[in-house]
Amino acid sequence: MSRATRLRVATLLLAWAVWEALARSGLVFQGVVPSSLTVLASVVSQLESVGFYAHLWRTAEEIGFGFTIGTAAGVSLGTIMGLSVFFGRLAHPYIHILAPTPKIIFLPVLMILFGVDIGSKIAMGAISAFFPVVVATYDGVRQVPPVLLRVARSFGASRWQTVVKVYFPAMLPSIVTGMRLGLGVAIIGTLLAEIKLSNRGLGFLAIQQYEGFHIPDLYAVLLIIFALAVAANVAIGRVAARLQRRHVMNGPRAVPLNRPESVSREVST
Amino acid sequence: MRYWLAPAAGFSAVVLALAALEWAAGAGWVSPFVMPPPSAIAVSGWQMAAEEPLASAFFSTLGVVLAAMVAAAVAGIPAGWAMYRFPTLGKAYENWVAALFSAPLILLYPLFLVVFGRGPLTIAMIGFLSGVIPVVLKTYEGFSAVRMVLVNVGLSFNLSERELLAKVLLPAAIPTVFTGLRLAFIYITINVVGLEYMVNFGGLGNLVGRMYDRYDIPAMYAAVAFVLLISVLGFWAAERLERRVGRGA
Repeated sequence: MSRATRLRVATLLLAWAVWEALARSGLVFQGVVPSSLTVLASVVSQLESVGFYAHLWRTAEEIGFGFTIGTAAGVSLGTIMGLSVFFGRLAHPYIHILAPTPKIIFLPVLMILFGVDIGSKIAMGAISAFFPVVVATYDGVRQVPPVLLRVARSFGASRWQTVVKVYFPAMLPSIVTGMRLGLGVAIIGTLLAEIKLSNRGLGFLAIQQYEGFHIPDLYAVLLIIFALAVAANVAIGRVAARLQRRHVMNGPRAVPLNRPESVSREVST
Repeated sequence: MRYWLAPAAGFSAVVLALAALEWAAGAGWVSPFVMPPPSAIAVSGWQMAAEEPLASAFFSTLGVVLAAMVAAAVAGIPAGWAMYRFPTLGKAYENWVAALFSAPLILLYPLFLVVFGRGPLTIAMIGFLSGVIPVVLKTYEGFSAVRMVLVNVGLSFNLSERELLAKVLLPAAIPTVFTGLRLAFIYITINVVGLEYMVNFGGLGNLVGRMYDRYDIPAMYAAVAFVLLISVLGFWAAERLERRVGRGA
């Protein structure tokens, strides 16, 4: 075991020991810092309850629809912006300044436009996912190697064929990177919207535990939400890595997959 | 193609869209309870500026953002340096910190409400948590990217560790550290305003929630526009400052 791994294990053990000591010391109200065993029991009881899956399904529906709509809109607009210099210059300043703003602030507007039910949550997810995807797609189109375009032109490819057979495969890794970031913020946006005003979904379940002061259950629901968010991130990360590998093997030059500075600033709630 | 043509067309499209909304609202095509005419939003914004404590809302948010920024810088820069100075720490924690960068930390706010209560401390703590991560990562990245030749020159002049840090490492890493601070500013502002809206407490975010709760729709649109304007101006200023620091370093 390397020193770094030993340090990681020691950190985890220390954090757990401090938590347990705090929970049992009586220094803080036990309801606020419950023992880890109590939290674990709450996680199991949540996962065993039928009601939990109804909330999970509602959240998955909202995130799924919102993310799909946001991604479709982001890829379409990003591609048009990248292909047309004029449209790129026209739209980019607005995308650039709006991308890092707090999206949750749009929630009251969305509730007025789409109602307080599932519509406003889907719209919140869509708006959240849209910005990272449009920025990544725009970057992706602009970084397609010119040699590929010259080859397509020399084969007499039409505009449509160039988009489908050259642009799209070359910018796919960038789009997937944008989708990865977009999914993360769509999850946050949707859950915050559920917490603010809803009667179903994991966000609603979390705030219900808070309002009833069922703190171990609150920890449990938040732990489950974090685990699901990490799992979704890892899944889409694997797809991104596979695409990147395929691109490196097939393409003349790899499109950089990780450009945290250019894209991560668009991550916002 | 003339360079100004596209931005001018973009600006014209925005003006046209506002005019179309005004016309659609006037013709009764759009309900004023859903999308009030832009003129009504402007009038409401003007009234709100006169009647609501806009300046105090702005300064309340700014105060929390700055407090979280200072805390993030004070904790994050030494932590990033320690990860560089002691490579075992860097190897052990770099992936953890990077994973936290994409973690939905704001969703922890109900727990923070339980621990710190419904007040500025909860909002500042969530702001600090979201801001400290990019500072740590970028500081670590900045120190790690300092060219070995610079360090070797410092060592050949028999600089002590403190002198090496002050005269070589820190000046070389400053542009990257400042990128971390700018990212922290963006993340903190987003989380602070978002959380103010979520818990109906504090400055700008709370203002939007209050207008919605009153069902004063034009004022709510005006408040959203005001918050957007403030964040856009803040981020633009931070970007300019970063470029200046980058050039000066």
